[in-house]
Amino acid sequence: MNKVSYISRNVAELKPSGIRRFFDLAAQMDDVISLGVGEPDFVTPWNFIEQSFHALEQGYTSYTENAGMIELRKEISSYLQKSFRLDYSPDDQVIVSVGASQAIDLALRTIVDQGDEVIVAEPSFVAYAPAVRLAGGTPVTIQTQPEYEFKLQAHQIEEAITPRTKAIMLCNPNNPTGTFLSGDELAQLAAVIERHDLLVLSDEIYAELTYDETYTSFPSIDGMKERTILISGFSKAFAMTGWRLGYAAGPSEIIAAMVKIHQYTMMCAPTMAQHAALEALKNGKPSVQEMIESYKQRRNFIVSSLNELGLYCPNPGGAFYAFPSIKATGLTSAEFAEQLLQEEHVAVIPGDVFGESGEGYIRCSYATSLKQLDEAMNRMKRFMEKRV
Amino acid sequence: MNELEIELLKLIERNANLEADKIAKLMGKDIEEIRELIKELEKKKAILGYSTLIDWAKVLDKEEVTAMVDVKVTPARGVGFDKVAERIYRFPEVKAVYLMSGSYDLSVSIKGNTMTEIGRFISEKLSTLESVLSTTTHFVLKRYKHDGIILEDNDEEDKRIVVSP
Ligand SMILES: Cc1ncc(COP(=O)(O)O)c(C=O)c1O
Repeated sequence: MNKVSYISRNVAELKPSGIRRFFDLAAQMDDVISLGVGEPDFVTPWNFIEQSFHALEQGYTSYTENAGMIELRKEISSYLQKSFRLDYSPDDQVIVSVGASQAIDLALRTIVDQGDEVIVAEPSFVAYAPAVRLAGGTPVTIQTQPEYEFKLQAHQIEEAITPRTKAIMLCNPNNPTGTFLSGDELAQLAAVIERHDLLVLSDEIYAELTYDETYTSFPSIDGMKERTILISGFSKAFAMTGWRLGYAAGPSEIIAAMVKIHQYTMMCAPTMAQHAALEALKNGKPSVQEMIESYKQRRNFIVSSLNELGLYCPNPGGAFYAFPSIKATGLTSAEFAEQLLQEEHVAVIPGDVFGESGEGYIRCSYATSLKQLDEAMNRMKRFMEKRV
Repeated sequence: MNELEIELLKLIERNANLEADKIAKLMGKDIEEIRELIKELEKKKAILGYSTLIDWAKVLDKEEVTAMVDVKVTPARGVGFDKVAERIYRFPEVKAVYLMSGSYDLSVSIKGNTMTEIGRFISEKLSTLESVLSTTTHFVLKRYKHDGIILEDNDEEDKRIVVSP
């Protein structure tokens, strides 16, 4: 029996993530300092954890409503109102998901018909294009450019649109570049999106982690709410990656369709995590604020250190990634990352795994302790001195 | 106190050992400005000193003994509790003195080499002070967390996978 032949063509053709290979290399070494981690270094704040213990003690161990506990949806709705001036009804415009990851999957499966095109601006989070494919669609990638600090340009969207284009994925602030788009910059994209009547999947999971300017949520832009599925979650700002909890908010027709898939394929998001998230929204603001302050300081630290090393790095406005150019070394991103790992035991991610235009760049996560960051910079300094 | 000063103080409150050049980088300022700011804060006595938190139990064979003593006193006319508090905090054995609300007046923390030594200090020096009415002594058996730092914290290790998207 040829087992491989039983795997669907769609899945068989999916390329494994370039991150995976790096994981295998780095996992074999000890004393690795990893700047390759896409999650907070903070442990979940204690009161969220404790609330989850409490809920378990009280016997909250069963399924919740498919869309998530109504109390949690109410808190999400009021959080979106307070933080981003967005009005979503907790009754039918919010769904609680298993991480933002599942919300992305649900949204794409909800809107994509076989052969529909979805625009993905790369370098991007590695799951977007595969998720479009798994939903039966065709990802059409745009390469954002370093001369625009990797900011997506309206004309690039215009050029990528075909009669089959149904939607566009936006991510602000962006993983892996840390690029932040202002309200005005988003409004320029919105104009093209409206003209071509596209749907938007707006991944705003890093929205809290912005350091210089005030954040504009995409659906808060005039006319965009009706055509946007807002995607977010608790992983990043609330330091809750392992809890697997996210959500989507959007037009009730679309959310209802997402709930339909969710009810058949997932039933509901983990109950104990929903209880922790409730506490996070009710009483988590001071902890979140403290983490934001710490990320901002470390962002300042790594950006100035990288520039001192001759690895040109503009100031990223959000998330917890710096995306410096390594072109001065004459190496490719993969060579740089591999040699750095072998020689100095520092793990970074080659930029091209996130998309073609990431070639010549590396992603350095600064969600790691100052002590580790400082040591990583010392090791990278030694590495650079041998090369330029 | 402005935001800059608060940010700086919070940084060095957690780590008095942080060098000025690192502080400057973290805060996005230049090093001279940070040195100036620290000097000013020292002058204003917002920064009172730099101490190191040591777990002496790990170093000395003989553990130090700490007692927390609840002290009831008669406040003195005109100076209230301040005079008697001073009489108490001048003793080098006394590590901390707080005026408390509730059923006693002063909370006094005392360190010594043995329980007998502390007992002698309390009976000979502390309770014999004229304005001291009574003392209740509690000996510390184990320190779990001190000044926001968990002592036996084996949780420092990074539990994340080394590379993730
Ligand atoms: C841009 C972006 N979206 C979504 C996710 C997935 O987050 P979750 O843990 O909520 O599934 C990540 C995680 O790395 C991300 O970087």
